[in-house]
Amino acid sequence: MSIPFEHLQWMYETMVKIRTYEERLVEAYAEGKYPVFNIGAGPVPGEMHLAAGQEPAAVGICVHLKPEDTVTAPHRPHHHAIAKGVDLRRMTAEIYGKATGLGKGKGGHMHLFDPATKFSCGGIIAAGMPHAAGAALASKMRGKDWVAVAFIGEGAANQGAFHETLNLAALWKLPLVVVIEDNRYGISVPKALSTAVERNDARAAAYGIPGYYVADNDVLEMYRVSREAVERARRGEGPSLIEIETYRYLGHFQGDPEVYRAKEEVPGLREKDPIRRLREHLLAQGVAEQDMAAWEARAKAAVDEAFAFARDSEYPAPEAALEDVFAASEV
Amino acid sequence: MATELKQRLLTGNKAMAEAIAQEMTRDPSVFVMGEDVGRYGGIFGATEGLYEKFGSERVIDTPISETAFIGAAIGAAAEGMRPIVELMFVDFFGVCMDQIYNHMAKIHYMSGGSVKLPLVLMTAVGGGYNDAAQHSQTLYATFAHLPGLKVVAPSTPYDLKGMMISAIRDDNPVLFMFHKSLQGLGWMAPIDAAVGHVPEEPYTVPIGKARIAREGRDVTIVAVQMMVHHALAAAEQLAAEGIEAEVIDLRSLVPLDRQTIVDSVRKTHRLLVVDEDYLSYGITAEVAATVAEQALYELAAPIRRLAVPDVPIPYSRPLEQFVLPNPDKIAAAVRQLMAEG
Repeated sequence: MSIPFEHLQWMYETMVKIRTYEERLVEAYAEGKYPVFNIGAGPVPGEMHLAAGQEPAAVGICVHLKPEDTVTAPHRPHHHAIAKGVDLRRMTAEIYGKATGLGKGKGGHMHLFDPATKFSCGGIIAAGMPHAAGAALASKMRGKDWVAVAFIGEGAANQGAFHETLNLAALWKLPLVVVIEDNRYGISVPKALSTAVERNDARAAAYGIPGYYVADNDVLEMYRVSREAVERARRGEGPSLIEIETYRYLGHFQGDPEVYRAKEEVPGLREKDPIRRLREHLLAQGVAEQDMAAWEARAKAAVDEAFAFARDSEYPAPEAALEDVFAASEV
Repeated sequence: MATELKQRLLTGNKAMAEAIAQEMTRDPSVFVMGEDVGRYGGIFGATEGLYEKFGSERVIDTPISETAFIGAAIGAAAEGMRPIVELMFVDFFGVCMDQIYNHMAKIHYMSGGSVKLPLVLMTAVGGGYNDAAQHSQTLYATFAHLPGLKVVAPSTPYDLKGMMISAIRDDNPVLFMFHKSLQGLGWMAPIDAAVGHVPEEPYTVPIGKARIAREGRDVTIVAVQMMVHHALAAAEQLAAEGIEAEVIDLRSLVPLDRQTIVDSVRKTHRLLVVDEDYLSYGITAEVAATVAEQALYELAAPIRRLAVPDVPIPYSRPLEQFVLPNPDKIAAAVRQLMAEG
């Protein structure tokens, strides 16, 4: 399989952007929360679920998407949002709870909504799957070739919404791709203790749809299977299910004591870091170091700018809490 | 020849189906999804004739997967479609409440207003026909309690049509509760209230405006759906005794027309609230609190409430009839109220 150069470049740069973003959030989130951890303190309060290490799942499929395609994501959504092209400044402002945020400070990091890029996420496991199916249904009813991608974690594959939606989508041949990010743990519970099958792609057979498995956080393999799944959906042939074995470098949330995994696990995963592997691939392809350095600098600049924008933005007026319950309606 | 007001009589279900058909004709983004809404025409007839008229592409029978298809309605609405989705019995909310409470009701707010969800969730409510605790509830307050959903509960064929058109055109999610007994179905006890005048042309009835179903000077009875009709029957009894009851049909629970309630109490100085939902934490409490806050010193007697006495709806006829309000119980409560002041 040959991958167009611009796709490789985009995936690399976007992965770097995601990693830089999440690492920056580790620092920003820690501000004001110690010495005794206080979840509600600091400039970025509340729960924080970061996706450092899980970049391949997002970029490997979003590279195949168009602006008209829909993406839904769960509580750990930053990599998906960045890969879908959500405005990084307004997304970061939302995470800071500022009036300039995507939701004017009403959603926060788990609830990012960007109609401009057709991205949304939410804090309830698997609940975005039916929303993606609905977007896919709308596409089909309007005769478009737009597809919808629902990202979920491996723990969500045991939710009713997962099974209901796959049946519905398969039955109606909806242009939907479901991506399961298996980062090994549902919070603390390992997959083997929660899931009756070793690999969730096996569950595709239950709905008569293609199932793919991507081992070892391999972004190039993710790229390959996602292309098949997205093209199939665009052709109107129905949904697919992809599970990718991915790595969660950080805790389930920031502040997670991670008592459920061995101390050496994460260092071991980092040795197989997907960004470094893609970098080595690019070097082997003859891409110059200085070119990659320029992409990295561009990614970092975008993150810097987003955080500066968020920090410099104003908080919403407290009374704005009373607005946006209902849309003004003509009726 | 004398001019006669021409009545075009429709049952509740036909009024709803006509509203949906007219909006589907007007707006190609409107479509219907739910269990048995296609060839069957809806278990309670709300989609009667739509499948024949619009076909399976726009009148979609779903699997028994409420989370999936109600969630899909949310996703389609976010894309600019205007889905009408049916939850067959309101009692089935338990299998899909996350989609309703956490997503349908909250996405507009959490998005800072950037995502609109123009959808209608219609659902059948009510008991009185021995269907027991999992098929007889109204659950008005359960849904009215959470911010972000408009909740309507019309009681006449005229309002069923007009409020359905309003609900479809509204840019917000609207929970449209229709009462089984007011659908005029051939397999339920026929009641006069299930048939009424419905103009053929499309029209809207505003969401958020109560209706004074009967004017009176002595006591205000606030009610919804079947309880409106029971209150009207009670008012007839009371009129024979010289008591003139004013009956307010709320029609819309969210937004709630508090002004009409308070204005009426300022006139009558007595209030009875009747509800087919459970007593505690419900509509009766909300209406009573509103009057206590805004017109307490207008009251000549303490507020009275009549509702299902905090038990699940029982099956057996004498048991169910014991817990549901009816005209005799309403009339008795009013007499007591009149005796108190």
